[in-house]
Amino acid sequence: MEVTGNLKTAREMGLVACTECMRVSPRGTASCPRCGHTLRSRDPYSLQKVWAWWLVGLGCYIPANLYPMLETKTLVSSQSDTIVGGAVELAHGGNWGVATIILIASVLIPVAKFVVLAGLAIGVWYGPRATQGRRHVLYEIVEYIGRWSMIDVFVVAILSSLVQLQTIATITPGRASLFFALSVIFTMLSAQSFDSRLIWDTNSAGMAPDRAGRIPGRRRTLARGN
Amino acid sequence: MAERQIAETMGAGGNEPRAPGAGDELHQLGAELIACPTCDLVYRVPQVASYERAVCARCHTVLISPRRKAGKQLIALSLTVLILIVAACTFPFLSIGAAGVHHDASILQTALTFSGNLTLLSLAVLFFIVVIPALRLSLLIYVLAPIIRDKPPAPLARQAFAVSEALVPWSMAEIFAIGCAVALVKLSDMADVVYGPAAWMFAILVVLVVATDRLMCRYSIWKSLET
Repeated sequence: MEVTGNLKTAREMGLVACTECMRVSPRGTASCPRCGHTLRSRDPYSLQKVWAWWLVGLGCYIPANLYPMLETKTLVSSQSDTIVGGAVELAHGGNWGVATIILIASVLIPVAKFVVLAGLAIGVWYGPRATQGRRHVLYEIVEYIGRWSMIDVFVVAILSSLVQLQTIATITPGRASLFFALSVIFTMLSAQSFDSRLIWDTNSAGMAPDRAGRIPGRRRTLARGN
Repeated sequence: MAERQIAETMGAGGNEPRAPGAGDELHQLGAELIACPTCDLVYRVPQVASYERAVCARCHTVLISPRRKAGKQLIALSLTVLILIVAACTFPFLSIGAAGVHHDASILQTALTFSGNLTLLSLAVLFFIVVIPALRLSLLIYVLAPIIRDKPPAPLARQAFAVSEALVPWSMAEIFAIGCAVALVKLSDMADVVYGPAAWMFAILVVLVVATDRLMCRYSIWKSLET
């Protein structure tokens, strides 16, 4: 990346940027004169919010895996499948492709989201292990992919509203679907609460004492916005 | 598509960033500077031609991506999607047949399939796939309609656009459409599934939603809402 030397952040210039419309205002302005968005140089509660949503999200993800996602009744059998159980079932039936896709979409990606979000937050708190560019890419991925996890819930909705074939086969949604949806919603909120500008701060501004004169060390308290 | 990094902006023409605290001057400066919303780097607002994109030099976030006639196209797309969503709620969606037994499901039935303990989820699904997308696009049309006719912004246009932007991540119609495809793959070897018009409407919707996102230039819209 060839960033020329004299590029500065709004914070370094004593300005505060609007994340909604990109206008910059002098530090201390309460709301953006262009779009009315509340102005904060950095969200001082960003990490607290990230962790709060993260914990609730994780709390919901556990029952989402323990309870059945789908309950299938056919002429001869009746079974309820958890997310992993359903995938294992498919794999046993020789349907390896679909099983892998389900495992990736409903297990690997949600778990990866939790890990990445925690990693980003810890990186801001204790000093990062990865480069800014890499952390930024991870943040973008989590931001982007979050809402797509809702696809599982939609699939359950479609299957259970469609497969109502009296005695031949009926599918009803299991309790896990609610917890899975909640888990997706909470991780989305967690990702949204993360102030991405913190990724770029730790190296550039973090090395020098900030405006309040504090020298950042481990577990530096973030200077209040405005 | 021309992509341009705008790293040359700050301080390039001898215009060094002024010292903080120079009140009025800074206020004026605010109109000609922008900061990347993702990484906070400040740029002098570049001249970006239609179909060009100004990209942050550090984090590659697209800052400005103006298109000629984007407003009109956005309204056209939004209206189309809005009509598709409303129509999809009334037309047959999917029907299934196996061993002589048939069952139809509409979009609304699908959304409201969670009952008992899960009623809350029904409401959420209905909001994600119908209510929020429709609301978001209606707000967008409300905001853009006066702008494309060079009229002053509609009352509360700023608030309307802010709400519309906040709803974007929660508007999941296109995700639902992909969900249909996944569900049908799962069912295909067990039963015959017939696609109703509503299913095709949702399929078209995916493309249109992506097109809408590509056309949107938040900066240009906020700029035109500034009076």
